[in-house]
Amino acid sequence: MSDSDKTIEQFVQSDYKYGFTTNVETDTAPPGLSEDIVRLISRKKNEPEFMLEWRLKAYRHWLTMEEPKWPNVHYPPIDYQSIIYYAAPKSRKPGPKSLDEVDPAILEMYRKLGISLQEQERLAGVAVDAIMDSVSVGTTLKGQLAEKGIIFCSFTEAILEHPDLIRKWLGSVVPYTDNYFAALNAAVFSDGSFCYIPKGVRCPVELSTYFRINAINTGQFERTLIVADEGAYVSYLEGCTAPMRDENQLHAAVVELVALDNAQIKYSTVQNWYPGDKDGKGGIYNFVTKRGKCAGVNSKISWTQVETGSAITWKYPSCILLGDNSIGEFYSVALTNNCQQADTGTKMIHIGKNTRSTIVSKGISAGRGQNSYRGLVKIMKGATGARNFSQCDSLLIGDKCGAHTFPYIEVNNKTATVEHEASTSKVGEDQVFYLNQRGLSTQDAVSMIVNGFSKEVFKQLPMEFAVEAQKLLGVSLEGSVG
Amino acid sequence: MALLEIRNLNAGIAGKHILKGINLSINAGEVHAIMGPNGSGKSTLSQVLAGRKTFNVISGEVTYNGKNLLELEPEERAHEGIFLAFQYPVEIPGVNNTYFLKAAYNEIRKHRGEPELDAMDFLALVKEKMKLLHLEQDLLNRPLNEGFSGGEKKRNEIFQMAVLDPKLAILDETDSGLDIDALRDVADGVNKLRRPDNAALVITHYQRLLNYVVPDFVHVLLNGCIVKSGGKELALELEEKGYDWLACQPCL
Repeated sequence: MSDSDKTIEQFVQSDYKYGFTTNVETDTAPPGLSEDIVRLISRKKNEPEFMLEWRLKAYRHWLTMEEPKWPNVHYPPIDYQSIIYYAAPKSRKPGPKSLDEVDPAILEMYRKLGISLQEQERLAGVAVDAIMDSVSVGTTLKGQLAEKGIIFCSFTEAILEHPDLIRKWLGSVVPYTDNYFAALNAAVFSDGSFCYIPKGVRCPVELSTYFRINAINTGQFERTLIVADEGAYVSYLEGCTAPMRDENQLHAAVVELVALDNAQIKYSTVQNWYPGDKDGKGGIYNFVTKRGKCAGVNSKISWTQVETGSAITWKYPSCILLGDNSIGEFYSVALTNNCQQADTGTKMIHIGKNTRSTIVSKGISAGRGQNSYRGLVKIMKGATGARNFSQCDSLLIGDKCGAHTFPYIEVNNKTATVEHEASTSKVGEDQVFYLNQRGLSTQDAVSMIVNGFSKEVFKQLPMEFAVEAQKLLGVSLEGSVG
Repeated sequence: MALLEIRNLNAGIAGKHILKGINLSINAGEVHAIMGPNGSGKSTLSQVLAGRKTFNVISGEVTYNGKNLLELEPEERAHEGIFLAFQYPVEIPGVNNTYFLKAAYNEIRKHRGEPELDAMDFLALVKEKMKLLHLEQDLLNRPLNEGFSGGEKKRNEIFQMAVLDPKLAILDETDSGLDIDALRDVADGVNKLRRPDNAALVITHYQRLLNYVVPDFVHVLLNGCIVKSGGKELALELEEKGYDWLACQPCL
């Protein structure tokens, strides 16, 4: 049987829909982390001196830090010295300029995933900056975007082509000192996406990046930086799938968003990394730092996330509402099935006057899944007239799962209004029977109930993403009901 | 051969023996009414026929369309054309009424080996059925039963029945909680769906629904037994005399 046949065989037999690997030669660093590795990564990427210095400062700071223990998740200790910190797919020529130059095996994998770049470019009008094993392999619609002065490229390219922008904004929202995983990311990040929308420009398409973890035992350290200049608008989609692996894989990404005066950024994520098997073996550790800064007046940042994958999810997409009248939003669906654990939520830091934030969190727990919402709403002294509304709903499927809510509210300005609503419900036998009686299988019935529960969040997703997210919830719940 | 044949059915819930030897035969083209006071086992019968697992069958046989009904899963019974209009339709928050009904309709079509209907064709079908039942358009776009009034829920049940076009419809106290206009609309809907090739089992404890949906047979259920069967005039007799005079009858 040829390798590709085996791959398909594995794909068909696998529980996890995207559980296959691609035969792309990788250029891999030895396992372990040291200053030499940090230097190697920087050299491999031909980075300017300032980047190497920044990485080294981050690495040295990381050495002084300890892994956070406060999340409500449990996992064996991570051996950071056994992780490979750099793996890049070898392309026939360095830096592919078009799809023709991309390794055909990579294109084939995208085809299997149903995200053919050509198709996306032609049909959906989505510009895809595809990332596999940390290096961008193709970027589309670049010309069209360039006409408007929009920069949308890999992080590596941005460092080389737009060093001033990188210098100005890198680490401005999530400094390398921020937390353990952010420091680690700053030291060793291999690639990611960079996006800059100039003054007054409305990005005409949804920008999209597909992430995919592919090499054995390779930690993924992506970095995304999006800057919307005054009056700019951009909607950014991040979608993820990963092949099946036995060993746990660490993923510690950093996403920084900056919105200047009157700018708006909408950031949507569908995360479907390998969650591990039914007994909790394998699966991705998803320790991500995502934060947006509403730096200017009347600016707005919206996070929408659908988290169905990963063995462990630890992420809190947050907004720093610095500019007066700025708005932060967080819409989240987090699903944990089998042995998955999620500790996710947001932080809304109100600094400017009349700042507003909305939090809608929907946690779904099935199997032995544990789902925690953890959120902070902080109203600073100067945030006169600040308002927050939070709604946290939990849905339980079966009696072995758990839902937990940890809301933190700090109010330092007496003109502020903060509201918090929470509910916990169970998928009822009467609901399932009602749908059964109309001809739907129990699996479909539960999927329908869960999708209904998540509707408020799905409404926030761009159309094509919403459809994908609904299917994903159905697939992720398979086997959760007997 | 009868469409539905119930023989000596004994069933209960949570260790409680409720149905005590039910015998009933329903042919295509017939409407049967089951009447009885509260707690006589009317709803248990409807839930058992629909296959709810919280109820357990102790003994007896139920043959439907030549098949052993008790072996079928609830969704398989639905695929085979059994529809239960619930006494208390449950709310499914966030699920669009039309989206749900299209999914149900296509499951049944798939089972029959028919191609699934796309959104446009389904909408055309739905519009036609809405006209038949004088329903408000906004019912289609609302979440399934969420925030519906009692009357709207019952109308929605009959609307679903009209779209799914069952062979055997079981109406569990569909008249309860309805004002007279709603009752007439619901009954009107049920009558329009009557055909020689389908049948209905109408469960009620008031005679008034039977003024509108005129049954071919009336059965009296008392303490888990059918104690008397007759024509439509039996319903009127019950209205007049109540159930007490039947209390000492043995099971039929």
